Amino acid sequence: MEVYLQQLINGVQYGSIYALIAVGYTMVYGVLRLINFAHGDIYMLGAFVAYYVVTGLALHQHPSVGNFLFVLIVSMAVCALAGVLIERLAYRPIRNAPRLTALITAIGVSLLLENGGIVVFGADPKYIPTVLQSSVAPRGGLYISEGQVIMLAASVLFMLILRFIVMSTRFGRAVRAISYDIDAARLMGIDVDRAITLTFALGSALAGAAGMMVATFTSVKITPLFGLLPGVKAFVAAVLGGIGNIPGAVLGGILMGIIEAFVGGSALTTYRDAIAFMILIIVLLLRPGGILGKAVVEKV
Amino acid sequence: MSRRQFWLWRLISVGAALAALLGANVLIISLRSTGWLDDYTYRVIMLCGINILLAVSLNLINGITGQFSIGHAGFQGVGAYTSAAFTVFVVSPWMRERGLQGTPTGDSALLIAGIIAGAVCASLAGLFVGIPSLRLRGDYLAIATLGFGEIIRVTILNIEQVGGARGFYGIPLLTTFFWLYLAVIVLLALSRNLLVSTQGLAFLAVRDDEIAAEAVGVYSTRIKVIAFVTGACFAGIAGALYAHFDGYLNPDNFRLDQSIIILTMVVLGGQGSITGSVLSAVLLTAVLEWLRFLPTITVGGRAFSPSELRMVFFSLMLILLMLWRQTGLLGRREFGWHVVRQYWRLLRT
Repeated sequence: MEVYLQQLINGVQYGSIYALIAVGYTMVYGVLRLINFAHGDIYMLGAFVAYYVVTGLALHQHPSVGNFLFVLIVSMAVCALAGVLIERLAYRPIRNAPRLTALITAIGVSLLLENGGIVVFGADPKYIPTVLQSSVAPRGGLYISEGQVIMLAASVLFMLILRFIVMSTRFGRAVRAISYDIDAARLMGIDVDRAITLTFALGSALAGAAGMMVATFTSVKITPLFGLLPGVKAFVAAVLGGIGNIPGAVLGGILMGIIEAFVGGSALTTYRDAIAFMILIIVLLLRPGGILGKAVVEKV
Repeated sequence: MSRRQFWLWRLISVGAALAALLGANVLIISLRSTGWLDDYTYRVIMLCGINILLAVSLNLINGITGQFSIGHAGFQGVGAYTSAAFTVFVVSPWMRERGLQGTPTGDSALLIAGIIAGAVCASLAGLFVGIPSLRLRGDYLAIATLGFGEIIRVTILNIEQVGGARGFYGIPLLTTFFWLYLAVIVLLALSRNLLVSTQGLAFLAVRDDEIAAEAVGVYSTRIKVIAFVTGACFAGIAGALYAHFDGYLNPDNFRLDQSIIILTMVVLGGQGSITGSVLSAVLLTAVLEWLRFLPTITVGGRAFSPSELRMVFFSLMLILLMLWRQTGLLGRREFGWHVVRQYWRLLRT
């Protein structure tokens, strides 16, 4: 019983990271109908920024909450900037081109970030020394690290902030209007370019935060390719929840994390990375709109 | 053109293609035996052939039928692994019992058996992917094919009999210039004939407007499945030829990167253009090999080897193509006798 509970906790914690990344996919898809393949690589970038800030300023010698927040904010800011730059340089010129053109461009940007990362950062795995003490103590038979608690709490906090932005600000209203109908939104006087730029900034900042927290609190080795799988899985999570739907992305991310944790703990553990794709194919076949999404009928 | 003239031309062109192939084969063999053609150049020529097979077969799915697959390396992997397993574990022991091994006829028979096994299994994989693709369009299909490619790779990784993550060693080296380029000619003839046939018009109709095509009675589901199965079949043949050329397979050879390289070939050549795919497959294979010889650049105390820059080059080219020339080199046009004739006429006037 405790084993299952432990896996459930690990799953929810991983799921919260998937949810943070998936939100970025779903928001960009909502406004542009574009699968931003490079989103997983923004997550990777967040981890690398954290690595260079921590080792460059030797922050790990004085672990504190202040240092942690500083690194988090720097990672988010750099990732937001990168996201905006990618949109400006690669996606904006082809916004009116056929959707497959945009998709090929997105694949190209993703590859460029990965392989550019290999050239700039080097292909050798890097390990971030911790900036915040995180101990693992058994609590009632369960192993929960402080890092896990912080990650989960931070994800919930980010989601609440995001919900506030999307539901209660002018920018959020603009984003929702654009996702209904981009042309009508433009006719209503909404600055579409600005809203899209902000969408990219917001989504990329969340991915950057996810990358920074994973790199800081888990013992994962960061490489330029380490955003690829989490990125694709987060995309699957967004599809599972219903792409374009923000609560759906969160739900899909958490479900994804839980399913993976249980598969990882079972005899099928070597197939862990393939399970996401099986879920994807099953969802696309049975309910292409996702759990919370609604089916879109193609009009002639 | 009367029926007789048609068959006469068909016979002449098939004969000419076979004669050219045999001539090239003799030339390659004699150049190799005299040492004019070193092993490396030969390897590049063979890789060109394999990449032509991959690019033209993906063009059948992406360019001609307008579906979007980024899991082509998965089909190549299925073909490579099943054909290698078939020749190593099934046919070789059978032939050894009968003392047929090592003879040129025996080797060719072994290779053909391997190719057939690879082609059949890859076609089945194509069928398996094609059927769900009926319900998916555009970017969803792209993601699903990506997923299938990954599932195939992870599955191969978990089969210990074919080496798992260590790779598959000891595959007999059977692929020769003749068999590889015979496959290329068959694929080219098939794609070309498809494009000019009534059946081919249905493929183009599905690409240009699926709903309109259905409205005029094209059974788009069937067309898509045919495209997927044929494309996968030739990717499997390419995989089988690759396996028996290199003698070693690793699941990492069939990652997403490989699918993207094939995709780049199709996009660069012009989606929908067969000759464009051939041209860009040869061009990119040559450029990728040439990049290996660039000297290592040192910037700020760090050495950058050209091999690291290979994929950077690919990704940059993909982005720039999409930004400035979405149609690729040839667009949807073909290069052929009509172009030569046209320029000849221009020259004379």
